[in-house]
Amino acid sequence: MNDETPEPDVDDIEIELLLEALYRRYHYDFRHYARASIKRRLIQARGRLGMASFSALQDRLLHEPEMLAKLLNYLTVQVSEMFRDPSYFRALREKVIPHLRTYPSLKVWIAGCSNGEEVYSLAMLFREEGLEQRTIFYATDINPKALKAAEAGVYPLDQIRKFTENHQKSGARTSLSDYYVADYDRAIFDSSLRANVVFSDHSLATDSVFAEMHLISCRNVLIYFDRDLQERAVGLFDESLVRRGFLGLGRKESLRFSDHAAGFADFVREEKIYQRRER
Amino acid sequence: MTGMVVIGASAGGVQALLTLLPALPADFPRPVLIVVHVPPDHDHGLAGLFEARCAMQVREAEDKQLPEPGTIYFAPANYHLLVEPDGSMALSADDPVNHSRPSIDVLLESAADALRRRLIAVLLTGANNDGAEGLRAVARAGGTAIVEDPETARVPTMPAAGLALCPDATRLAIDAIAPHLVRLAPSHVRP
Repeated sequence: MNDETPEPDVDDIEIELLLEALYRRYHYDFRHYARASIKRRLIQARGRLGMASFSALQDRLLHEPEMLAKLLNYLTVQVSEMFRDPSYFRALREKVIPHLRTYPSLKVWIAGCSNGEEVYSLAMLFREEGLEQRTIFYATDINPKALKAAEAGVYPLDQIRKFTENHQKSGARTSLSDYYVADYDRAIFDSSLRANVVFSDHSLATDSVFAEMHLISCRNVLIYFDRDLQERAVGLFDESLVRRGFLGLGRKESLRFSDHAAGFADFVREEKIYQRRER
Repeated sequence: MTGMVVIGASAGGVQALLTLLPALPADFPRPVLIVVHVPPDHDHGLAGLFEARCAMQVREAEDKQLPEPGTIYFAPANYHLLVEPDGSMALSADDPVNHSRPSIDVLLESAADALRRRLIAVLLTGANNDGAEGLRAVARAGGTAIVEDPETARVPTMPAAGLALCPDATRLAIDAIAPHLVRLAPSHVRP
């Protein structure tokens, strides 16, 4: 064995086959996810699901559809926060909202909404700014269980302190406690916040554009994709946005190296908020 | 890719790195990726702190970018830093590992996978066990494992935990690590 031709790693071969099986059997496409993270998540799944190997996991997955939901929970779900990175929401409030006010009706897409923390954050922000009634929010994810959780709007009470702190730092005009009731160890958010929200299954890897958007918020999703899939996703955003529509990415995500960079202008550079150029 | 150096540091780590990093020459032939445990809420500005003091270039790691030789990359606050199979850097907002994000284990394990024997990993001072599993993964993949000598480290817990899982790791005092990395470099460089 030498450096140029390392012995193939059995785990890596199995992972490739497992992801192929997942795609061909269920049409969930993780083949262009960044491999290092997906491997960590699969190792965790293998252990917690009590499988001796990824091949054993693949066997169960192919023959028992109920394994799909279990595996998806390891591959997709992540814990977020309401008003995560408060300065992002402050920038939306102070810089983006004034532009959005000029439209009689608005469409907002939260792509990769996971358990919905950001959906409720944006609904509150738009309510505070008086735009909620003219807005439709599309909250999409590939994990049905996450979508259900998002639709339920129930979060552990021990997270509320952090959510409240973030909400205040975002330049809030109201108190977070106006929006939920505590029930033992849970905080149940006001169902009226989701009156204008459409929760829907949508994959940035395999699905296409579904509506014309004024604002797309997709944060800490692209980092899980390889360069090819990042390009595909940003292409969808580019296609979806109205002229001069807005795209918000995660704190450490950027269009700088994207093929689509020329189609966007920095709007609030440090918050990774972009504006689609006129074309 | 010609190889890579990855470094993990926790309590006392900035001080230790102020000894180590300025002693590396501008033409150091590999990229150096670093995880330092810092509070999650703010951009830590480590790249700015070290830039003025180092001969090597210093940057914050950016998602899906190929690290370059002669350049030091710090993991951003509140994100894991990983190395992809093609040697590019990747960020993740996954849950903390060992109560840490960024986690040293996450960097070392992914880099061990990607670089195998072309990886050199260094575990410095710290008050927890993050990095120990990662160091073992590096050694198992045929890479080179180095720990700061716990007897002289500012906080011995982390390097001692590394040695416990990776007893064959090279033990060095902090000021001996940079010269050692420079000596290792030529023999590891492959066209």
